[in-house]
Amino acid sequence: MATTTPSSTFRAPRITHRFVPVWRRNFLVWRKLALPSVLGNLADPMIYLFGLGFGIGMLVPEIGGVSYISFLAAGMVCSSTMNSASFEVLYSSFSRMHVQRTWDAIMNAPVDLDDIVFAELVWAASKALLSGVAILIVIAVFGLVDSRYVLWLLPLIFLVGLSFGALGLVMTSVAPSYDFFMYYFTLFITPMTLISGVFFPAEQLPAAVQVAASLLPLSHAVELARPLLLGKVPSDVVLHLVVLAAYGVGGFWVALGLTRRRLLG
Amino acid sequence: MHAVPRGLALASPLEIRGLRKRYGDNEVVAGIDLRLNAGECFTLLGPNGAGKTTTLRCALGLTRPSGGEIFLAGLPVPERAREARMRVGVVPQQDNLDPDFTCAENLLVYGRYFGLDDATITARIPELLAFAGLESKRDARIQSLSGGMKRRLTLARALVNRPDLLILDEPTTGLDPQARHLIWERLKQLIRNGTTVLLTTHFMDEAERLADRLAILDAGRILTEGSPREVIAAQIEAQVVEVYGDWNGAARNGTSGAQAWAEAHACAFARRYEVSGETAFCYLDDAAPLMAHLAQQSGLRYLRRPANLEDVFLKLTGRDLRD
Repeated sequence: MATTTPSSTFRAPRITHRFVPVWRRNFLVWRKLALPSVLGNLADPMIYLFGLGFGIGMLVPEIGGVSYISFLAAGMVCSSTMNSASFEVLYSSFSRMHVQRTWDAIMNAPVDLDDIVFAELVWAASKALLSGVAILIVIAVFGLVDSRYVLWLLPLIFLVGLSFGALGLVMTSVAPSYDFFMYYFTLFITPMTLISGVFFPAEQLPAAVQVAASLLPLSHAVELARPLLLGKVPSDVVLHLVVLAAYGVGGFWVALGLTRRRLLG
Repeated sequence: MHAVPRGLALASPLEIRGLRKRYGDNEVVAGIDLRLNAGECFTLLGPNGAGKTTTLRCALGLTRPSGGEIFLAGLPVPERAREARMRVGVVPQQDNLDPDFTCAENLLVYGRYFGLDDATITARIPELLAFAGLESKRDARIQSLSGGMKRRLTLARALVNRPDLLILDEPTTGLDPQARHLIWERLKQLIRNGTTVLLTTHFMDEAERLADRLAILDAGRILTEGSPREVIAAQIEAQVVEVYGDWNGAARNGTSGAQAWAEAHACAFARRYEVSGETAFCYLDDAAPLMAHLAQQSGLRYLRRPANLEDVFLKLTGRDLRD
């Protein structure tokens, strides 16, 4: 068996089944703290949903034929999926890579960096899915969900988790310390949340801002999630999926290249 | 604990030819050749920054060499490094046990990285914990372990796949004497049972105790290689006399008594001498005439001892600090 390994830092990722034990490692840690973890992931979106939903809901009777809180529910599912995946690949992955040196230990075993970074990405999406499901259950209990297409939200949440996990891993790959991640949230995540139709329809924003939003992944997640939660079929499904997948694949490729440069130089 | 019959391991566990590694203009490894024999303990000895850790990283396929050839467990590295690491255990310089897990969970999770199933690993855990002297710590969190216990658990973790070759990067740095001795005992036990051991250290006593063969490394090159006795015999005189203190109460301005004495008399007795700070080191094959002379001097203090690896090391790599 003769295999050749291209030496370029940004060569194609080589993923094998060996990413599974790395994913299981993260899952085992999560399982030990599952309840506080899920409650923690749930608290923030629920406070926004019910706080803003009832508060602003009293001023804004309806948006597009539904109550404000029903409108907001889809936005909260998407933004909390984004936050959950982002936090995992930024703070937790950085801790495993740089502080605890867990990745170094794994690379001494027969597991390559490509599999480790891929496991981190899939784990972040898995964790986003776990917290996304928790939120879906709560909003279903409050009658904010039309059950017709709601199960389609599960693969969508996973995909959104992959997209933002991949983008976050790019930041992690170049981060000198935890403080660095604050820039990512204040300069990227928060502004994007405000222009992507999470809290209010994007159509009322200036055209230039709408264009910017359409280039970012969160608006595409919202465009898919909102109709699905309201029992409708979304439009431009392929476009939205392609954008989300492109951010996932592109982000992962870049993140892996930068991480190789950082750790295997 | 587990024996690999020596005759069976035909290929060298690790063979390195002409290894070079450059970072920009800085050549950290500048042409290293070494070949481990199955079942031996080989020690890489060198000051900080000599290239020891970089050599190990190249050998494991964790960084790409700028030149040279590496065969680990008979397989070319880095091309088939992942496969080769199936047969290797690694104890890294920096502890990287999983702080979220207990001792037993650390071993379980690590075994999975080798593709071992849970039943196989679970069956090995009691024997690994016993080897590390941690039977009572099975369900203890990593934070509750002492530095020595963490090292031992790291050693046990490196054995989870029953490796043919064990690589240890400064395994006893930062440990107290009791903990160091326990690690050495365990390594001797492994070597006796046929595991090949490659270790780096800057402790001479560690190298002298454990190594069948050693290489002294500095500035990315191997300066000398052989068994500890061979290296000492080839590189240095048999005896060392260290002279220090005041000489006849007449230390000159800005010069120590030892230096003044050495300049006046050392040449007459020693083949080679060296003054470092307050001490003159005299290297000689027969120390008796010098000892008789020193007994006549007033104020000088002196110490006679056989030459050791540290003398060779300092002769070859110099006395300058490496930070």
